[in-house]
Amino acid sequence: MNALYSLVLVFALVLIALFGAGAAHMTGLFGTLLPYVAIAVFLVGFASRIIGWAKSPVPFSIPTTGGQQKSLDFIKHDRFDNPVTPGQTFIRMVLEICCFRSLFRNTSVALKDGRVTYSSAKWLWGFSLLFHYSFLLIVIRHMRLFFEPVPVCIGFVEMIDGIMQIGVPRLYMSDLLILVGLGFLLGRRLRDPKLRYISLVTDYFPLLLIIGIALSGIYMRYFAHVDIIALKKLTMGLVTLSPVIPEGVSVVFFVHLFLVCTLLVYFPFSKLMHAGGVFLSPTRNMPNDTRIKHHENPWNDPSIKPHSYADYEDDFREPMIEAGLPVEKES
Amino acid sequence: MADLPKANELFKSINYTPPSTGWMDTPVDTSPGNWCYPAKAEKLEYLGFPNPREWNPADVDWKLPENWQDIVHEGFKERLGKYRSLKVFMDICVRCGACADKCHFFIGSGDPKNMPVLRAELMRSVYRKDFTMAGKILSTLTGSRVMTEDVLKEWFIYFYQCTECRRCSLFCPYGIDTAEVTMMARELLHLCGVNINWILEPVSNCNRTGNHLGIQPHAFKDIVDFMVDDIEEITGKRINVPINEKGHEVIFITPSGDVFADPGIYTFMGYLMLFDHIGLDYTLSTYASEGGNFGLFTSADMMKKLNAKMYAEAERLGVKWILGGECGHMWRVINQYMDTMNGPANFLEVPKSPITGTVFENARQTKMVHITEFTADLMKHNKLKLDPSRNDHIITTFHDSCNPARAMGLMDEPRYVIKNVVKNFHEMPEQTIREQTFCCAGGSGLNTDEIMEIRMRGGLPRGNALKTVQDENGVNMLSCICAIDRATLLPLANYWAPGVDVCGVHELVGNALILDGEKERETDLRMNPLPGKEG
Ligand code: SF4
Ligand code: SF4
Repeated sequence: MNALYSLVLVFALVLIALFGAGAAHMTGLFGTLLPYVAIAVFLVGFASRIIGWAKSPVPFSIPTTGGQQKSLDFIKHDRFDNPVTPGQTFIRMVLEICCFRSLFRNTSVALKDGRVTYSSAKWLWGFSLLFHYSFLLIVIRHMRLFFEPVPVCIGFVEMIDGIMQIGVPRLYMSDLLILVGLGFLLGRRLRDPKLRYISLVTDYFPLLLIIGIALSGIYMRYFAHVDIIALKKLTMGLVTLSPVIPEGVSVVFFVHLFLVCTLLVYFPFSKLMHAGGVFLSPTRNMPNDTRIKHHENPWNDPSIKPHSYADYEDDFREPMIEAGLPVEKES
Repeated sequence: MADLPKANELFKSINYTPPSTGWMDTPVDTSPGNWCYPAKAEKLEYLGFPNPREWNPADVDWKLPENWQDIVHEGFKERLGKYRSLKVFMDICVRCGACADKCHFFIGSGDPKNMPVLRAELMRSVYRKDFTMAGKILSTLTGSRVMTEDVLKEWFIYFYQCTECRRCSLFCPYGIDTAEVTMMARELLHLCGVNINWILEPVSNCNRTGNHLGIQPHAFKDIVDFMVDDIEEITGKRINVPINEKGHEVIFITPSGDVFADPGIYTFMGYLMLFDHIGLDYTLSTYASEGGNFGLFTSADMMKKLNAKMYAEAERLGVKWILGGECGHMWRVINQYMDTMNGPANFLEVPKSPITGTVFENARQTKMVHITEFTADLMKHNKLKLDPSRNDHIITTFHDSCNPARAMGLMDEPRYVIKNVVKNFHEMPEQTIREQTFCCAGGSGLNTDEIMEIRMRGGLPRGNALKTVQDENGVNMLSCICAIDRATLLPLANYWAPGVDVCGVHELVGNALILDGEKERETDLRMNPLPGKEG
């Protein structure tokens, strides 16, 4: 049901763009105003979410460790799963963010012949990586629309992405792979009863939205063969703050752009913020050094004192003396 | 406990298919057996906790304060401002489900609300409604809901079916720690007077008598004397145990479970024998006679209050550093909270083993060393005279306690110690040990009998792994470094792997140690005949 709602929502967005930019000819709105608004909302929203998190301090150092602590010399320290220095912690974070290390550990549980069994389950890890990296490649490739001349590195990424040399225009691998990744993530949500149970509209919506973006992009490139020169004029106009809507920009493009704008606006208010939040997760980005170094808690209340020894002795002095235990005051 | 199903029946009843109703529409079951007994009014009064009263979770009316919704809302807001962890964890879960089947309570019950992600959603749904724009506007579509009495009841049930073991956090791609969420939820419940006796009673005992069992100083001394007698009977050697004495180098603090309960007492005897063997200049304390910190399960403030005794006593007695015994949550508190809350303890020195000269750099700030670090170092330097053959009747495996394993990474030290004193050692399956270890299902104050079925369900992953090594390697002993484990693993082993016993690591050390001038031993510390000495 939640998946259906999300699908309807994405269709509605497509229709709005089709109607607005196509039938109603509001290309100015869809081609210039909305993108500006979307980018502004995205940037301000993203930054304010990060600042919002950063404003709450980390009163306690609570890393989750994934290996042997640093202790005696003859015991091998697991530096990157149980870091003690900033450098080791940095590497732990790099592994986490670039390789999804924790997800790599994933196992799945089954009950077989009276036993609980655990099998390695790296599918989620693999396909999430696939999706995220394809997305990254695509974003980098798109940067050519915003630069004149196009930086060499973007050209290089494009060259690699299209290295298979299939078809005209050349097929980008990332276009296919992102769909494979998204398809898996969506299929997994729909197929696994546990996941279906926890999935909300806000879980399906971004997946379907990005699928919509990818499909409209692919359609534009491989089937509708849109006028790239015109598009680049439009995007360069946006970048140089002198927006123009050239002739010959097809309505598919406006659908694509509108969905992207939706994504940008939606991003800071949604779970997609995991992209920023992962950097701030205290269980991962802190070294496990609280026995070695002082960590300050701004909320530490100095008025909290233990039940004092003096009160304790007052309570039990007689029996303590009788038992031969030393006391501070004889009576 | 009478209606606890048989192990195989319980196993068969587990079903991982979620119910057909959505989780928000699936009512919470508050029938007896699903909850721990509520805290007694007098305990709350003594500790100054809000809303002390007699109440029963099975009743409809929980006698909440009139403005309980405001209390929860305000408390929530305060904590979001104070703890980045809470704020980030409320916001960035993508519901990928990687954590779903990592929780022992889910694995053993199949109840979807025991999936860490859904457990946290119980709280997130309220967060979205109260603190996010989207949640305010779009409501159920975004998974948000109003805080009602039923939601609060659901919190009580499910946040007391989480042992704060953090296994889920290890697998989450963002490190979201449901234990942290649970801790916050429990703090909010406390604000309305919704809490359980098995936590509050120990807390109040710790505060007054220094330990959670409420052992008074003279009784503590008696118990130690008994153990000294037993050691004499077994080894023929009378050892001296200083208590509350000033002017020693080290104070030794261990969970009171080791002093009081079987099988912890054998571990305690092991400590005493070790200290005598190496001539350690130490003292025990009755005032700081609890390493385990039940405050951890109530609130950060209570944790601080109870923990402060260790430093206070170390200062009063004038020791140089602190040696700590085998305990799970004690070490989580010491590693992650102690110096922050109670330190810096500049009146102490960086711990240095008086026997080997090793400086414990990893305890430079807290000044507290774990006994297995200490003993492993002694063994590495060949300072102990050992006869491992005295443990030949024991085929052991090792249970990593969740807290030291996932908060500290204390894994190889105990293994090193065990391997030096026991010949027959076998690891349980890979996915159930070290940082992936499974909880005893009685941690965080849940080792109480009224929820035995829940505990046995939660204990399935551990019990099952134990059964595996029992069947394959003939394991008959489960060693561990946690006093709660020594209490909770007994019924668990009895249920899932009958025939396996539970011990602390230093019980095995005590068995193997050759004390100077001891007689030829006939029995182990449990007074069971040694191999070859039967009959
Ligand atoms: S693994 Fe983390 S992100 Fe995924 S559902 Fe669990 S808590 Fe959420
Ligand atoms: S902390 Fe442990 S008990 Fe709690 S939800 Fe996570 S895995 Fe389950």
